[in-house]
Amino acid sequence: MSDVVKIEDLVVRFATDEGSVLAVDGVSLAVGEREVLAIVGESGSGKTVTARAILGLLPETATTRGAVVLRGRDSSDGVDVLSLSPGQLRQVRGRDAAMVFQEPSAVLNPVYPIWWQIAEGLRAHGRLSRADARARAVEMLELVGIPDPTHRIDHFPHEFSGGQKQRIVIAMALALNPGLIIADEPTTALDVTVQAEILDLLRRLRDDFGSAIVLITHNMGVVADLADRVAVMYQGRVVEQAPVRQLFAVPQDAYTQRLLAAVPRVGAGHSQRDTPEPATANVVEAKRLVIQYPARFGSGGFTAVRGVDFHIHAGEVLGLVGESGSGKTTIGRAIAGLTPVTGGSLDVLGFEMNGVRERRFRAVRGDIGFVFQDPGTSFNPLLTIAECVAEPLIVHGRARTARDARARVDELLDAVQLPTVYGERFPHELSGGQRQRVSFARALALSPSLVVLDEPTSALDVSVQARVLELFGELQRQFGFAALFISHDLAVVDQLATRIAVMRNGEIIETGPNSQVLGSPQHAYTRRLLASLPVPDPDAQAERRDALRALGD
Amino acid sequence: MTAVPAKPRGTWLAKVPVLRELRQSVGVQRFMLLVGVIITLVYILVALLAPVIAPYRFNQLQDASGTFPGSAAPSATHLWGTTIAGYDVLSRTLYASQTALMAIVAAVIISLIIGVLLGLFSGYFGGPLDRILVVVCDAIYAFPSLLLAIVISIMLSRGQSSLWSGIMAAALSISVVYVPQYFRVVRSEVVRIKAEAYVESAKVIGAGNGRVLFVHVLRNSVRTLPLIITLNAVDAFETLAGLGFLGLGIEPSSAAEWGYDLQKAVSDVTAGIWWTALFPGLAIVLLALGISLLGEGLNDLADPRLRRRSAEANEAALELEA
Repeated sequence: MSDVVKIEDLVVRFATDEGSVLAVDGVSLAVGEREVLAIVGESGSGKTVTARAILGLLPETATTRGAVVLRGRDSSDGVDVLSLSPGQLRQVRGRDAAMVFQEPSAVLNPVYPIWWQIAEGLRAHGRLSRADARARAVEMLELVGIPDPTHRIDHFPHEFSGGQKQRIVIAMALALNPGLIIADEPTTALDVTVQAEILDLLRRLRDDFGSAIVLITHNMGVVADLADRVAVMYQGRVVEQAPVRQLFAVPQDAYTQRLLAAVPRVGAGHSQRDTPEPATANVVEAKRLVIQYPARFGSGGFTAVRGVDFHIHAGEVLGLVGESGSGKTTIGRAIAGLTPVTGGSLDVLGFEMNGVRERRFRAVRGDIGFVFQDPGTSFNPLLTIAECVAEPLIVHGRARTARDARARVDELLDAVQLPTVYGERFPHELSGGQRQRVSFARALALSPSLVVLDEPTSALDVSVQARVLELFGELQRQFGFAALFISHDLAVVDQLATRIAVMRNGEIIETGPNSQVLGSPQHAYTRRLLASLPVPDPDAQAERRDALRALGD
Repeated sequence: MTAVPAKPRGTWLAKVPVLRELRQSVGVQRFMLLVGVIITLVYILVALLAPVIAPYRFNQLQDASGTFPGSAAPSATHLWGTTIAGYDVLSRTLYASQTALMAIVAAVIISLIIGVLLGLFSGYFGGPLDRILVVVCDAIYAFPSLLLAIVISIMLSRGQSSLWSGIMAAALSISVVYVPQYFRVVRSEVVRIKAEAYVESAKVIGAGNGRVLFVHVLRNSVRTLPLIITLNAVDAFETLAGLGFLGLGIEPSSAAEWGYDLQKAVSDVTAGIWWTALFPGLAIVLLALGISLLGEGLNDLADPRLRRRSAEANEAALELEA
């Protein structure tokens, strides 16, 4: 059997402001026919650069050495992509190998109907009449499972859901029936239930069309679900390469072992035992809470939260789970006073948030901490870490300047296990995990009794996430604050929360202690959510896949 | 824990705005920026040192050896010749850089302060005031700045300008045109930045509007201003020269000014007297070129996508490994 693509001793360097950076350091990989090779690794490990090199999609600042031999479906001997001219590269792209990108909404051009976009790839490789192009587009859409394709090809990208958009992107990649499909984090931007469907589709491509797939991902569950063989990358090198079962059963490299150990698993957290609701007073209480976003003139506005009841006891961690658009972030923002409440009642630390005045609420803000999703953007880039952490102290009059607050800042940095010398650095000089620790330090600066965490680890790598979650658990036990933990990841929530509320379409459909919600879910949606979550074990995942299929029908 | 890469922390020299960019640059971009910086610096030096360098005063018509001859060709006593009225061209050209610099400083300060503050408040608070300001600024875009300068010049001094009224006429008319530019750029940055998580996190902490605006929003929204400042500067002294050329500028006895000298030189050109037009004209062209190169250079370097990086280091590193 010959390889569809063979990478030999690939070295990629980037010219940056800080000099030359080695991104890929001597990687050798091969993908056979009908094989799914997963490249896993944390951000910055060089996995995306390696995959993009296959299509010659590296930026101008890159210099390469080694060989990437790509074999088309028809040609028996391959070509070295790295030595091709731009014109030859254009020939190869789409015909021999195609790419599926991470963010489907960013890949599709919003001003063209989708048939045009699918046909664009076809037209680049030969003349095609409009009718033929449309017919082919219908065919492709049918293939990837878009209902009513003859009608839908004239629609524009915004008229499709996120999962459907990713299907269309896959259809575009398939248009010329390439031998190799490179999927760069194809499901990262999607919800778990949709992720399961896209993974099914990719599996069908391999089975029905014999496409080889290079799957780039950081999600070990996705790897277990789809891959035949796995290459683990770390700091530009492939540290381990093995068939999927072997890799999960007996990981050889220390890094792989660490990576697998860091993956959170449902059922490994608080759901193992019954935790009674604490008998303390409520710090947050919502009654028939409605939050509506105002709209433009004429239309009625968008209701993000429709009549929700929940409460958080003092010292308790409530996990709020749901897919994107379910309204979970809106609830978190409303508790912090960032989004006005439009109906019902939301009581936060004794303050009624419906119609609250910012001036009166400002005093209470010191008692609420907030941790944002993206640690990269939640710090003023022009302030040092110490100044960022000192901000709440200054605002609430505990210190006059950042220098006065330094003793307290050092204490806080110490609490989140960061060396105090980091106080002098700027946010961009810290890694994502370190920045999220600083977020915790800032949120805890005034010893709040309530902390709202909005997906605090979804922007982090798995191994970093594990440490940050652990740290949060310790801090919560130490300081005893109540917390609302918002996440789309059931496994993460199980680790930290003792009670879980599941949201869908602005409503809480199920709530209860972890053991109940995760152990014996009542609502069909919760069951589907649980079943969709891929587990990092190929055999167990195959069983779950069948279970999910049974559930779906 | 991952180690933080050691960041080269240069001396204080590396932190001075323009010098920092100069160190980062390579190739053509470096050349452009360097030429721009040098020309601009030379003009500033000339302006400051004009009384020392220039052989005569700008309004001097005679010295110990008698009255200057009119329209004299370049010679040892008058290196760039004299004008029809008998002024020394070299001295007037050098002194005029002072006038130009004053016009630039006045125009930039006025339009920068007003434009940035309006943009900041309008973008942050939004609402009806914001909408009105945007419409007003769009309307001002249609104003020709020279016409405005003429009107202001007439208002200030009925066209017969002293040094200050001449400079202020140019500065004010340019400000009217440039305030909307600063306003637009700052406003759009503020609109973007106020949705950033760090601004929200400041609000969640309980910071008041003033603190959010000036500590968190303002400093992050002025990065693209250098380019507009340079455009503003060029337009300022060119408007001043334009006013002078139209005969509404500064009297030759109160200050030297390139535009005025050029206008007086128009009739000389047909008579074969080239020196009265050439030198002030060149001075205008060179200063405009210098400031524009400076602005373009800074703009290219501020954008990581436009910034060129040395490819040699990459190649060298690859060679080393091979």
